[in-house]
Amino acid sequence: MEIQTGQETKPLTQRIIDAGGLVNLATYEAAGGYAAARQAITEMTPAEVRDLVKEANLRGRGGAGFPTGVKWGFVPPPEKRSLGHVYLVCNADEMEPGTFKDRYLMEYDPHLLIEGMIIAARAIGADVAYVFLRGEYYEAYRQLTQAIADATRLGYLGERLFDTDFKLHLSIHRSGGRYICGEETALLNALEGKRAQPRTKPPFPPASGAWGRPTIVNNVETLCNVPGILRNGADWYQLLGSGEDAGTKLYGVSGRVNKPGLWELPIGTTIRELIEVHAGGMKSGYTLRGILPGGASTDFLTTEHLDLKMDYGTIQAAGSRMGTGTMILMDDSVCPVAMARNLQHFFAQESCGFCTPCREGLPWLEQLLADIDAGRGKPGDLELLDKNSAFIGAPGNTFCLHATGAIEPLASALKYFREDFEAHIEQGRCPYAPQHIDKQAVEA
Amino acid sequence: MPHIKVDGVDYEVAEGVNLLHACLSHGLDLPYFCWHEALGSVGACRQCAVLAYKDENDSRGRLTMACMTPATDGTRISITAAHAREFRASVIEWLMENHPHDCPVCEEGGECHLQDMTVMTGHTSRRYRGNKRTWENQYLGPFINHEMNRCITCYRCVRFYDDYAGGTDLQAFGSRGRMYFGRAADGVLESPFAGNLVEVCPTGVFTDKPFSANYTRKWDLKSAPSLCSGCSLGCNTFASERYGVLKRIHNRYHVDINRYFICDRGRFGMDYVNSENRIRQIGERVDAGLFRPLEASDALQRAAGMIGTGRTVGIGSPRASVEDNHALRTLVGANNFCAGLGNREAALMALAGQLYSAMPEGAIPTLHEVEQADAVLILGEDILHTAPRLALAIRQAIRNESFAMAGDAGVPLWQDAGVRGHAQHAHSPVLVASMLATGLDDIAAQTLNASPGVLASAGGQIAHELSADYAAVDDLPDTAAGFVEAAVTALAAARQPLIVTGISAGERGLLEAAANIVAGLRSEECQPRLLICGAESNSFGVSLADAELAMETALEAVSSGSADTLIVLQNDLFRRADATLVAEALRRATNVIVLDSLANPTAEAAHLVFPAATVVEATGTLVNYEYRAQRFYQVFIPAGDIQPGWRWLADIASVQGREDMGWRQVDDVVRDCERVPQWSGISDAAPPASYRTPTGEKVPREPHRYSGRTAMVADVTLHEPKTPVDEETPLAYSMEGVNVNPPGALLPYVWSPGWNSNQSVFKFQQRVGGSLKGGDPGMHLAPLDNANAASTRDYSSNGDRQPSSSDAGNEAGFSLLSVPTLFGSEELSANAAAIRERMPNPYLILNPDDAARLEVTAGQGVRYAEYSLQVHIDAAIATGTAAIPVGMPGAPPWLPEGPVTLERDLDFTPPPTIIARG
Repeated sequence: MEIQTGQETKPLTQRIIDAGGLVNLATYEAAGGYAAARQAITEMTPAEVRDLVKEANLRGRGGAGFPTGVKWGFVPPPEKRSLGHVYLVCNADEMEPGTFKDRYLMEYDPHLLIEGMIIAARAIGADVAYVFLRGEYYEAYRQLTQAIADATRLGYLGERLFDTDFKLHLSIHRSGGRYICGEETALLNALEGKRAQPRTKPPFPPASGAWGRPTIVNNVETLCNVPGILRNGADWYQLLGSGEDAGTKLYGVSGRVNKPGLWELPIGTTIRELIEVHAGGMKSGYTLRGILPGGASTDFLTTEHLDLKMDYGTIQAAGSRMGTGTMILMDDSVCPVAMARNLQHFFAQESCGFCTPCREGLPWLEQLLADIDAGRGKPGDLELLDKNSAFIGAPGNTFCLHATGAIEPLASALKYFREDFEAHIEQGRCPYAPQHIDKQAVEA
Repeated sequence: MPHIKVDGVDYEVAEGVNLLHACLSHGLDLPYFCWHEALGSVGACRQCAVLAYKDENDSRGRLTMACMTPATDGTRISITAAHAREFRASVIEWLMENHPHDCPVCEEGGECHLQDMTVMTGHTSRRYRGNKRTWENQYLGPFINHEMNRCITCYRCVRFYDDYAGGTDLQAFGSRGRMYFGRAADGVLESPFAGNLVEVCPTGVFTDKPFSANYTRKWDLKSAPSLCSGCSLGCNTFASERYGVLKRIHNRYHVDINRYFICDRGRFGMDYVNSENRIRQIGERVDAGLFRPLEASDALQRAAGMIGTGRTVGIGSPRASVEDNHALRTLVGANNFCAGLGNREAALMALAGQLYSAMPEGAIPTLHEVEQADAVLILGEDILHTAPRLALAIRQAIRNESFAMAGDAGVPLWQDAGVRGHAQHAHSPVLVASMLATGLDDIAAQTLNASPGVLASAGGQIAHELSADYAAVDDLPDTAAGFVEAAVTALAAARQPLIVTGISAGERGLLEAAANIVAGLRSEECQPRLLICGAESNSFGVSLADAELAMETALEAVSSGSADTLIVLQNDLFRRADATLVAEALRRATNVIVLDSLANPTAEAAHLVFPAATVVEATGTLVNYEYRAQRFYQVFIPAGDIQPGWRWLADIASVQGREDMGWRQVDDVVRDCERVPQWSGISDAAPPASYRTPTGEKVPREPHRYSGRTAMVADVTLHEPKTPVDEETPLAYSMEGVNVNPPGALLPYVWSPGWNSNQSVFKFQQRVGGSLKGGDPGMHLAPLDNANAASTRDYSSNGDRQPSSSDAGNEAGFSLLSVPTLFGSEELSANAAAIRERMPNPYLILNPDDAARLEVTAGQGVRYAEYSLQVHIDAAIATGTAAIPVGMPGAPPWLPEGPVTLERDLDFTPPPTIIARG
């Protein structure tokens, strides 16, 4: 089977491309907007919506890749829960360094997210929904606020949607600003007005999330995929992907490429195609050395991995994670030690401070890297980095996966670029320093 | 019971516990920080990592946090595996990056959990090269020191202070490696349980401020099992001494009572022992307020002569031991003995005894049982001020609803954050009926503020609505209707409801209503419990004494001349009866002999004063609110003439040539007390002096590292002092012998190899949170015949009860009510230096209308008799009534029943505002 001519191939971005920018309510409706929500509420049962999304094999676009329909099924059915709210929370706290995909969707097609949330709310029986929005995303806040007002005015949000008993109240919560709020349970704590620290599991949010009530947390891009699936069906969605996974993916490339940017492509597009075709290849004079495939908290890949498909299974098998699908490239002018130090600075700073390895271990790693970067490294430092990385990074050794994510680029840098670290210690200086300065001068 | 395998050894473990709990219960050494038995698990420190194996074939294992993992049947783990050991050493290394190397000058040194765990994991050398983080410390009040640089961010302080004890002013601030635990700004920690931070903090961030001012290493402290003399709950404590000074009080675990926590009055109030107001010598009054020292032999001759001449009346005390009271009663005879309670208080205590006696077995809850109540009604007693540890127990009872919800959701009950996050603000109902706002109102489903009479009526109506056996109350104000309805609904739905009341309001009706509610609730499905708070540490014990004389009768006997000699045992009579009655008796008596520990107006009026030992200088028995007799032991031999009250009395009897009081040791008195049927059983409260450990030794008061024994008094004499021999108790003034699971009543301190901190308590428990291996201290007396308990008996005495309308004001004046105050009302602790800093200025609470009538505003002064009191205004108090913190220094020690006159005090100067404190 193949995608039929005339069927959508860019369900996330085609309207934006057509409109040449912001998709307002009229444009969105003209393009068939809110028909999927109407269909989900007036023609389908919640179970049918969940089954359709499950069948389509939509996987979480926040990075973990968990099947969305399966997650929705974890909400206890009404007969197995006490009376009260069920919450849908959209995780729009996009703070992964190098990642800007959700922002694009919210700023240019806010109704797509709202429709996705209406359908998701239908699937899980939620009556209250929140967009937990990164504090700095002011434009997204502005567009979403307008879109929610417009949708409410036309009866797409509020009481008695499409003349049924179904209701949904949607609000935006602007984050006070911590990377850890991207972790869904820390997000829920922050939403409740508590310290943004991750929670113990169990209980898992679908059973006991916001205010102790059943809660589903989905990423922006995940929710934006839902209306298309309802419009076009599971088979269509499966066909969109070019590998194991289904649908399209917003891929991004940043670094010294000719055309850094963001593209909606079949999930499973190769890294090489992303860099060489869509991003226009490396800038002249720069050679690619390392790839953080899915944001700062994923393991480095190298040029030997260029032909891998960017999907969940393939990248995982190569020892990294697809993550958000927005890659950061490291070229030969960049000192891997400095880059690792910079990343550790970020992760140490963003630790919530709850558990010891993350709170106390990451700053030590940062300090060791700073010493090495500044030529103060000592024999044994790499072994210290190795040992601490292993202990801090192993999932389960820390309370949540923040430190695991922090260690992924470091441990892989130590693996792939070890000679650079050793050179720093042996020479007592950063070997990149003069070259780095030269290249900067050329660029200028 | 599940079985787990730890390093190849099979262990049976309790149902529903986590692996850390299971390992510690079996005495295994597994380091931890953030976990606490009372606080549950949160998984913050990652110190208790073990290697967990999937199945029998798994040889690699996976690092797992023991505190976060259920100990299910078949679990196989390793504590000693190299990978687990290395990870735990790493955790310590991370924690120690920023921990200062100030152990030699840190108050916690030598009993620091962080030190213990560091040594246990083997982290010895420093590899971290960065600077240590530093902080500014805060002024937190007179009780607690703050030294944030030492913090290892285990979160225990805020979890105890906020989550467990309901505090709000100590919080976690900041994030990442910059976590700060303190207040938003410098200031006194508000929680009355803040002192527990000293023991909850695993290192030296929060330390005992009075102790720190002159600290002693734990290994240099001489300690003995003691009891708190602060209220009627009977919390167990460790009292510790060096250089003849009571250094500090720590919590002593009792499975049924205080478990891991005590209140700040208990911890910091015992410093009265070191007060400058102590009576340390025998004195003979030569002029008003002027005493001449006497030799003991002379004084005893004098006393014996005084008693020999005519009739002698003896007044005992609810703050003296059973033994002391018994000695006085024996000396003067039951016909001439007054138990030392004021008339009203004695009547209420008698009623309490009568009500308790009608209860079936198990109806009087231990504090631990209080924590299991699923609905609580507090009727007219402000327990945070009269029985503070009980308020902390009730704060745990509200969690039962959340435990039920967590159970349904499959969240392990020890998973503290999980339970709290899931249940959010769901609480088991607590209903608080009180005169004024209380410190438990924040957890109350509903509150009712009214005068004690109205509260009693509300209680009566609740009883009526629960059971037709009780008459309806027809004069109940409309304002109470909602509360009554809420209380009836909550109590009727509960399976283990608890009714708490007490005597502090002086209102019989409260006790009667409480008992009727309990009787009305009882059914097959419902096991209601009743808790009546007394006032003092031995109120219940002394109320059992055969005492013929009521207080006012005893005073009358002296005033009228029918008795010529008055012996007062550890009692300030001005706190028990009207000042004119007391003064008249003291004036008319030919001889007044006082035995007491602190100077007070009664002692000042005595002809002869004997210095009596305090709880830490004597051995004796106190009986708590549940009729549990518990022994306290002499911690140190006091300087000067100080002796236990019973010994002075026996010495006097001996001079008189009497043979019936020829007691040589406290055990002799205890045995003699057994002759009083109500006190029968007190010998079993603790082992006799003849007890020896299995190794044939006495239990040492001094740890084996006790130092300086030969040099301590070198400033006085170069000769090594002879070690005192303790013939009275199974404890020794020695470091010889081993403190390994002695009978619980004899546990002088907790220490175990490798475990120098108070966390070593787990080595003394049969299992974590269970009974002590040596047996739990104390013995329930069965003083009252409850064989004829009639569950439907009506205790209301409607005929006697003052109609609630009489509480309203009238032109005749104000009726005064007592408002107990945590820091100040209790006689002894009010002499502790740190407690004094926390005492409010003497005050009086008025309704706004009355204040307007008296033309005073908040902060101004009102005069009552010779007392000048600062006005507080509170709309909750009924018009025509005024509330006074009775017994607080500067406030009247006793209140009359009739109306009194109040007037504005134009000379009143508000006390100075303190702008800085050290």
